[in-house]
Amino acid sequence: MKDQGYYRKEHGACSVQKTWSLQLVTLADTRSTYGKSLEIREHAQLLVVGAGPAGLAAALEAVRRGLRVVLVDEHPVDYATMATDVPFHFGQRMSGAVRNRGRMLERIVEADSQFAQAFEAGIDIRLGIAAWGLFTHEAGLRWVRTRIAGLTNGEEVWFLQYDAAILATGRRDVGLAFPGWNLPGVMGVTAADTLLRRYDALEARDLLVVGSGAEATAFAMQAQKSSRLIVALVEAGDTTVDQNGSQRLAAAGVPIFTKSMIASANGGTEGLQSATIVALGNSSEKRSVACDTVVLASGVTSAIELLDVAGAKIVFCPERGGHVPATDAEGRTSVPMLFAAGDCTGITPDKSRDPQVAADEGCRAASAAAAALSINAGRNWSVPTATPSTTSEIALADRIAWANAQLAVADQGTHVCQCEEVSATDLIGVRPPRYLERNQPATCARSLATLAADGPINQDQIKRLTRAGMGVCQGRRCREQIGAILAAVTRTPLTEIPLPTYRAPVRPLPLSAFAATEEAAVLAENWDVWFGIESQFEEPLPKRFR
Amino acid sequence: MNVRQSTNGASVIVVGGGVTGLSTAWWLARSGIDVMVIEKGIVGWGASGRNGGGATHQHSPLFAEEQQLWPQMEELLGYPTEYRPKRVRLAISEQQMQEAKPGFDRMLRQGFPAEWLDAKQIRDLVPLAAEHVVGGVYFERGGHANPQRTVQAYAWAVQDLGGRILQHTRVMGFERRADSVTAVRTTAGDFSCDQLVVAAGPQTGLLSRLLGTEVPVAPARADMIVTEPLPLMPIGGVDGNSLYGRQTLRGNLAYGGGPHEWLRVSNSSEGQRPSSPLALNIAKRLSEIFPKARHIRIIRSWAGIVENTPDGRPVIDRLPTAINAVFATMSSVGFGLSPASGRAICELVMQGKCSFADLSDFRLSRFGNLSPSWREELGWIPPESEGNHASAA
Repeated sequence: MKDQGYYRKEHGACSVQKTWSLQLVTLADTRSTYGKSLEIREHAQLLVVGAGPAGLAAALEAVRRGLRVVLVDEHPVDYATMATDVPFHFGQRMSGAVRNRGRMLERIVEADSQFAQAFEAGIDIRLGIAAWGLFTHEAGLRWVRTRIAGLTNGEEVWFLQYDAAILATGRRDVGLAFPGWNLPGVMGVTAADTLLRRYDALEARDLLVVGSGAEATAFAMQAQKSSRLIVALVEAGDTTVDQNGSQRLAAAGVPIFTKSMIASANGGTEGLQSATIVALGNSSEKRSVACDTVVLASGVTSAIELLDVAGAKIVFCPERGGHVPATDAEGRTSVPMLFAAGDCTGITPDKSRDPQVAADEGCRAASAAAAALSINAGRNWSVPTATPSTTSEIALADRIAWANAQLAVADQGTHVCQCEEVSATDLIGVRPPRYLERNQPATCARSLATLAADGPINQDQIKRLTRAGMGVCQGRRCREQIGAILAAVTRTPLTEIPLPTYRAPVRPLPLSAFAATEEAAVLAENWDVWFGIESQFEEPLPKRFR
Repeated sequence: MNVRQSTNGASVIVVGGGVTGLSTAWWLARSGIDVMVIEKGIVGWGASGRNGGGATHQHSPLFAEEQQLWPQMEELLGYPTEYRPKRVRLAISEQQMQEAKPGFDRMLRQGFPAEWLDAKQIRDLVPLAAEHVVGGVYFERGGHANPQRTVQAYAWAVQDLGGRILQHTRVMGFERRADSVTAVRTTAGDFSCDQLVVAAGPQTGLLSRLLGTEVPVAPARADMIVTEPLPLMPIGGVDGNSLYGRQTLRGNLAYGGGPHEWLRVSNSSEGQRPSSPLALNIAKRLSEIFPKARHIRIIRSWAGIVENTPDGRPVIDRLPTAINAVFATMSSVGFGLSPASGRAICELVMQGKCSFADLSDFRLSRFGNLSPSWREELGWIPPESEGNHASAA
């Protein structure tokens, strides 16, 4: 095992510390994290999370610079996880081929020629491994001595210690609720693109695309090349967002409807059969189009959940797709030795069209990481000043346009949050969930408006009251659209609604994966249900305090 | 007491929009008192809104009142609290059975029923329980509620009774005349008051110091995890295997336990990171008591900052250096007791004493001879930082 040398060194260092800290350990609260340690299974000089264009380029560049690299990527994701719309909104449109894990591993490697180079370069590539948390020594987590990543293969969880990390976690779909959007066959563009190009396992023939940005047009053209029919493009705004791409699609015979919204997806348990398109502002102008799949490309956003859990400073940048980490030109985040590259630092039209843009970011981050490792820069880490958000009115208006469009077509049964069955009406009324008494007069008198009168709108507060975003998809399908609805309804600028926090594990993980966890003996031996203060639950009060 | 309505003050100002402060404000408002709550963030945003939701405190002199009030709270407040009665503590070893005994005995001493259950009885009440469960105890009184929903219910009920809640407002100091507090200085201006209640959780110590007496508290962080929903068990309030928690009415399992991390007193905003590696250890223990839920997924984790006094028991008392100021800390066990603690504090403010419980154990004077370095002496200290290693070497 190549990490043996590392372990020996670390062990030696620890024993030196112990002679000093033993006296304190005997005094310190044994039930606290003081003196506790984590079982750390492995070590990486550089951990790269995500093997897309940015991650692969970063890993290759880092190896060229002499670093030892571990590259993890959660793909291929297993069928059951995809079925819960994690990590993308797959809408049950993955084919049975996804169940063949071996085949999917091959397929993912074949899909990007960089993989072959990466294997050749000696990069330790781990496919099917997700990072579920990133933790650093900081207040509240002072017992975490180093920088660690929680990893999982779905069957077990463990920790990897890293000296530096580059997160290239990519992008994620933004949901858009309308009647019937819970039907099998309604999916996100990131999911559709991933199934089409990475997995070759997209079970869809006739697709309606909602949205007209670069993601929408790029996917539509790719799908056409793969013998799929694009039945129409629907855009809520007055004009298409990616005008060149839209014109090319139109020239190829794709009907394009602007100032329009998908009014409903129609079908049954078998899935989608048609979609109804309505002209915004003229609800009588409706048309039905036959399709088996609706691809939601009205928005995509950076996958920042690991960055947020790690404590990286997050800023709202509409022109980059929403919330993104504050980074400098080389991908440095506010967390020492943590870098970000590719789509997770922001999504721009050129990034959506050309993977080289993300790859270049990956290279820059790897160079910076190599330099930082050589001078042990973690100790004097300067926090990047957030790129001043040139708050793009267009990007903001686009989001609000979609929010208003969805409010226009929603009915009582349209659940913005599918997991917890929360509708836009429930959000606006801040209604308690269905399993509670919802019709008490006092409860009915409360609403977003009364909440807004008490202080700034906070999505986490509304989440806890309505449960919107608290389900098993971890808010992936509803988080951004809830924010947009709250902004639209209360006329609050989107920029002023704080980011709802992300929590570890950033992927839903079964209890069974934790059952066989290795646990440091010192942690197990001192485990107490609460603080272990003897007098806390005893009576009478101890004499020394009487 | 003087009942008046003024824009730049209130008869009673409560500092701290956590569960104890809001319950106090609600009881005061119910008694017709003009009350104002000052909260630095959003109501219940600290540990009050993120905890195990337990309401089973047979060690507390407030327990009887807690048990009398909880079943009525939803109706009294007018908003849902998700309260459910009953509690089970299960054991998966003989040692855990023995560890349940002190709580069992205390329940009987408080005059409430408690029963020992065998393995089969436990599995009937807790179908998820492991085959290897040894047995456990059953409490008819005690239970659980949804912390965040309850805190919001208190806040809204205060407003419905005419009380005011100022969120996003920080206390900067106090104005005094002789040994009385006359006004609270905040980021939103000065507010005059006849009486002051401070129930500010981990900040209680710092605020008391401004008034010349220190309520000794040490802040610490504690972690919990949440699973996806499962069908409801007959009893949701189930502890065991050194975990506390509950099955929520939605069906999620929400559990915590294990090491806490002491935080530095000087910095009240530190340690807020919501997730930690301890999620893994809590999940491991949960899988040991509920192996039938092996396939169920963890979807969240969170942490809250709580404060403890040197003996881990509450302080509810007037400050000797500010006779119209009542300071309250429930010492990390405040949510479940809140219906009773708020009422007790309300009576202390209005009548100078509590009519339904003996609060003498909660006097501040018990810490009169406390050493200034009591936290270090108890070992309630943060793990040493990397920097400290260097300087100590």
